Amino acid sequence: MASIMLKDVVKSYGKVRAVHGINLEIGHNEFVVLVGPSGCGKSTTLRMIAGLEDISGGEVLIGDRIVNDLPPRKRNISMVFQNYALYPHMSVRDNLGFGLKIAGQKPKVIAERVAEAADILGLSELLDRTPAELSGGQRQRVAMGRAIVRHPDAFLFDEPLSNLDAKLRGQMRAEIKKLHQTVRTTIVYVTHDQIEAMTLADRIVVMRGGHIEQVGTPMQVFNHPVNTFVAGFIGSPPMNQLPGHIEAGQVVLADQSRVPVPPRLAGKVREGQKVILGIRPDDISPQGHGLGMPEDAAQVATLDLRIALAEPLGMESLIYTTIAGQEVQAKLYGPRIVQPGEVLTFQVALARAHLFDAETTRSLEVL
Amino acid sequence: MSTIAERAAIRRRIQAVGLWLATFLLMVIMCLPGLWVVLAAFRPNREILAKPPIWVPQQLTLNNFAKIFGFGSDQVGIPVLAYFTNSMVIAMTSTVIALVIGVGGGYAFARFRFRFKNGLFLGLMLFRAVPGIALSLPIFMLWSRIGLIDAQLGLIIVYVSLNVPFTIWLIDGFFRQIPISLSEAAQVDGCTRWQAFWKIEFPLARSGIAAAGVFAFLTSWNEFALASQLTRTTDSKTLPVGLMDFTAQFTIDWAGMCAMAVIIIVPALILTFLVQKHLISGLTFGGVKG
Repeated sequence: MASIMLKDVVKSYGKVRAVHGINLEIGHNEFVVLVGPSGCGKSTTLRMIAGLEDISGGEVLIGDRIVNDLPPRKRNISMVFQNYALYPHMSVRDNLGFGLKIAGQKPKVIAERVAEAADILGLSELLDRTPAELSGGQRQRVAMGRAIVRHPDAFLFDEPLSNLDAKLRGQMRAEIKKLHQTVRTTIVYVTHDQIEAMTLADRIVVMRGGHIEQVGTPMQVFNHPVNTFVAGFIGSPPMNQLPGHIEAGQVVLADQSRVPVPPRLAGKVREGQKVILGIRPDDISPQGHGLGMPEDAAQVATLDLRIALAEPLGMESLIYTTIAGQEVQAKLYGPRIVQPGEVLTFQVALARAHLFDAETTRSLEVL
Repeated sequence: MSTIAERAAIRRRIQAVGLWLATFLLMVIMCLPGLWVVLAAFRPNREILAKPPIWVPQQLTLNNFAKIFGFGSDQVGIPVLAYFTNSMVIAMTSTVIALVIGVGGGYAFARFRFRFKNGLFLGLMLFRAVPGIALSLPIFMLWSRIGLIDAQLGLIIVYVSLNVPFTIWLIDGFFRQIPISLSEAAQVDGCTRWQAFWKIEFPLARSGIAAAGVFAFLTSWNEFALASQLTRTTDSKTLPVGLMDFTAQFTIDWAGMCAMAVIIIVPALILTFLVQKHLISGLTFGGVKG
């Protein structure tokens, strides 16, 4: 078990930079999720920690060792690959024990550790099968088992669930979380799925274009996104973003309609400043069908909106409507069915709205 | 009353019979000469040459084999054993060398990035496209200067260079099929790159390597044109060249020639049989999805 530290880590392929000097400290036993769209450098970063990619600049530390020049086998980490990477010509038992065998462990120790890992992951019945005879979820578990038998300092997961169907993905997500609670170890987990990031992480690292955009607990990143990118990436459906400018303490939107500046941000805006108003779909709801709308009337804006489309999800519906000429998504809580064309009075929870500077895209909250 | 379903069934049946017939005809065309050779090997010369031809063998005999090995009453002065040894030594050695180079080269082409990679690969393929016989004169002149005419080594070098492009190409394809993440997983699991190769990638490419080996062996074993130029005596003559010994100025010993042809065919058949299990199995890449 160990902490992992990245200091100004750079990765370039020839003249192309994939990772631009990132800094990150991952604590002992912490579960950190690197999340971002494809090509953001998250997998490259993970592979640099694993030693599967050279580090072009900066330092990577595992524990207190600088591991830049150590090959993967000397870093005492284990990794779960997107395609599982099980050895097809070996039984599950041999797959699990392979690392220990290479390390020269005694057969008795190997058998014990394999049994222990198989027990944790419910693989005891499958030990004599080959990977070809396993289902997707079982292969995934074998890949995790292979990672835990060696009792490494850290686990690295590279999009481990992206090959599974939605239902299995949910199950395996829970299993990974359970695994982290049983085998307390540092975990670095890469995904492009913000739901995985939110549910699994102690801390989320949002990346884009080889830069770290924001680091924080899932709730910090969700409630206080530092810029419009993070705001749009974390949370599903994504945050609505409406351009406008500040005039007399109000946000004037594209169609000249006015929304008061959220009270907590009142002191942070400049007259005439171009801004983007960010409101999550959960914070726009028909009157009486909201969830956690503020009691204080000053924190709520009320407006009538025509419904363009409604997607009923059972106990809630996702509603598509238009504010200031722009399509926005809203949430209706409760089993009420609404029809397209219907006009309803909506409430907007201003207390939870965000303002971003339109030029820098940065949140006004952090400035 | 013929319903649509019945008509469809009839059509399927006609198609099946047609396919079977076509396959049968094709196999007859391919197998009959071989069968004739094998039959002739066990028949006396008199019966082979009979006019009108005797289609169904009247008497079978092992005399043809006995005489080419120098047993029995009528001996044939052909050193079959020496030719056989030459063929074995030359085919085996050149196959092993071509495989070693093929595995190394194939792995390099499949896994590494280096300068001129595509050009080099294309060059190898182009070299493969040159008919070997076109090179026979230059090779002959070169070999005669350095004393490799009528030497096993001379043929081994020629066969290795004939086979290497093919083994590299085939083995490269097999290594490409093995996901890089398997080697990476092995390295994270504690292997050096070398260990990862031997314990994971090599066993998985085994079927491809076996296939390349069979092809290389058969190429060397069957080659006639270059061998007929570069060999002279029992020091290096191979079986296919030795076959020519049965043709004298006025006669051809068909029975002896067919017996020797069987001797040439059998090891090749045995080898292919032994390895065919590898050719088919081992291609189950169940450990990786995607």
